[in-house]
Amino acid sequence: MATTTDTDSTPVDESRTISQRLPDNLGMHVGIILSVVAMAAPLLLAIVMSTQTTSEVYEVTNLGLGSQGLSNYQTVLSEYRFTTYLLNSFVMSIIIVVGKVGISLLAALALVYYELPYERAVFMFILLTLLLPVPVRIVPLFQLMADLGWTNTMLALTGPYIASATAVFLFRQHFMSIPSSLVETARMSGIGPATFLFKVLIPMSKGMIAGVCVITYIYSWNQFLWPLVAVNDKSSQVVQVGISYLQGSAQAGLTPWGLIMAGACIALLPPLIVLIVLHRPLLQTFAVQRK
Amino acid sequence: MARIQLTDLEKQYDDVLAVKGIDLEAQDGEFLVLVGPSGCGKSTTLRMIAGLEDITSGTLRIDDEVVNDVPPKDRDIAMMFQNYALYPHMTAAENMKFGMKSVSDFSSDEIDQRVEEAAETLDIADLLDRKPKELSGGERQRVAIGRAIVREPEVFLLDEPLSNLDAKLRVQMRAELLRLHEELDSSTVYVTHDQTEAMTLGDRVAVLDAGELQQVAPPQELYDFPANRFVAEFIGEPAMNVFSVDIRERNGHYVADHAGFSISLPDGEGLDTASDSSVSMGVRPEDISLASNLPDDAETFAVETTVREPLGELLLLHCQLGDDEIHVKVEPRSEIQPGETIEVGFDEDRLHVFDARSGDALYHSTAPEPTKSEAVATE
Repeated sequence: MATTTDTDSTPVDESRTISQRLPDNLGMHVGIILSVVAMAAPLLLAIVMSTQTTSEVYEVTNLGLGSQGLSNYQTVLSEYRFTTYLLNSFVMSIIIVVGKVGISLLAALALVYYELPYERAVFMFILLTLLLPVPVRIVPLFQLMADLGWTNTMLALTGPYIASATAVFLFRQHFMSIPSSLVETARMSGIGPATFLFKVLIPMSKGMIAGVCVITYIYSWNQFLWPLVAVNDKSSQVVQVGISYLQGSAQAGLTPWGLIMAGACIALLPPLIVLIVLHRPLLQTFAVQRK
Repeated sequence: MARIQLTDLEKQYDDVLAVKGIDLEAQDGEFLVLVGPSGCGKSTTLRMIAGLEDITSGTLRIDDEVVNDVPPKDRDIAMMFQNYALYPHMTAAENMKFGMKSVSDFSSDEIDQRVEEAAETLDIADLLDRKPKELSGGERQRVAIGRAIVREPEVFLLDEPLSNLDAKLRVQMRAELLRLHEELDSSTVYVTHDQTEAMTLGDRVAVLDAGELQQVAPPQELYDFPANRFVAEFIGEPAMNVFSVDIRERNGHYVADHAGFSISLPDGEGLDTASDSSVSMGVRPEDISLASNLPDDAETFAVETTVREPLGELLLLHCQLGDDEIHVKVEPRSEIQPGETIEVGFDEDRLHVFDARSGDALYHSTAPEPTKSEAVATE
């Protein structure tokens, strides 16, 4: 634009005003908008498809809201037992969150405030378990559940997720950032470990705990493979597997995408609500919140 | 009130001996200050008294009872930390009350009353409902003191409590701590690296270096009769001038010879030892005066001024004396300029001689009063 080299000053000024009107980092804004659209596209498509009939879905160019309105949602909730699945998912997630946070808090307390033999090795071992997530252990884990007689129960759904190296790690790092003089003051006032945990550590770690709760909740809500393996009784099943049951209701060889997408949108809502309500502590946990 | 006795107290960390056998006693109601450079073991010593660090060897007695293995809460001690250690999620009042139940058998009403009284004493009554982050540094400090005094402990331990305050507030809190100490009448052990704080606060001051006790004495005695070169140079601002001299006997008296001067020393103990070995002589900057301010018969010598630092209440001159640089304090409005040669002399009552190798004081030109001195010889 501003390539004028002659002495006439007017075009130079004009080109300046044009470039001034454009945002400084136009390219960056375009890039951001494109990536937002790319990331939101699957979700937007799912919402659109959840309102369409099966045949409407198969018309690839039909990207408007369909004729079904909210009736796909109604069908999914009433005819395909989604209320049961949602309840199961909810109970499972809550148990995992409470169990995981409780155990991890105690583990971090022990690691940070007690003198344990081979403390570092113990911590390293805990971190090493990150290399063996549930999908890797799925066969022996299933055998174990079968031996224990836990299959088709809530115990089988939640048990394998209660211990968490990530949560222990996050709590440990957080506890280590609390000045040792606070612990020492407590010791001098004769405050026991339990009082210290509940009256000092937990209130001081509220943000971190909330953050871990959010990720744990979303993580457990989204579990698919393990519930699929551990539970074969439909009444004990969770919502993520429930969505796959919708596929089985295919008629005339056509996958009922409208129903599936409605199910997916329903399954999406609870973690979304949690995320919206608790996004502040979550961002703080990972220190990306702007001060 | 309580008496604290440390006998041959040692602290060994993995491969470091942090505290090397300290013998020290704080009397009932005494304000004892531990001072020394960082890493000298003063905080470790305090933490051993508090029970926060295990004692490797030696004994710690509080009121004649050995408390080496008594847990901190049963030692009847309150400690204040440099960062105040206030719980950020509790209000000032909650901070002061927290833990009161477990160290005492007060009822809730009594605790409330005590907190109110302490707040009254410290002038923080209207801050009790605020959280630490809503308080200024000085106010946090008061809350932390309040938390310590509601317990009415036998012993107060303070670990560099004024370090986080600005200079003006520090002077103010210093006076307040003294007033409080008098009011409460408990024994206080105070750790600091700041020699001014040590001098102004302590009934007695214990100087530590490299894990060893150098000297314990009342502040003025510490200043006038340092037990060794370390204490001499650590206490006092600017530091004492120390330079090597040769001490020779001449006509039954002793004379200190230096490249820049030769002066006779008043008779006193230790000079015969000093004349046999290599020694250093110490003179404080204020004990060097211009010849015009000295009696006519005083021995004087010439030095060349190199730097002039006006400090307001006095003028500090850096002067070249032979190969050594010395500091001289003169009247603030003197017209002496760098490069000028001036005639100066020592106050002969304030000369010190130290063994060059061990640093031990061999001679003070005025003998200390024998009763108060509790000098500890270093190895």
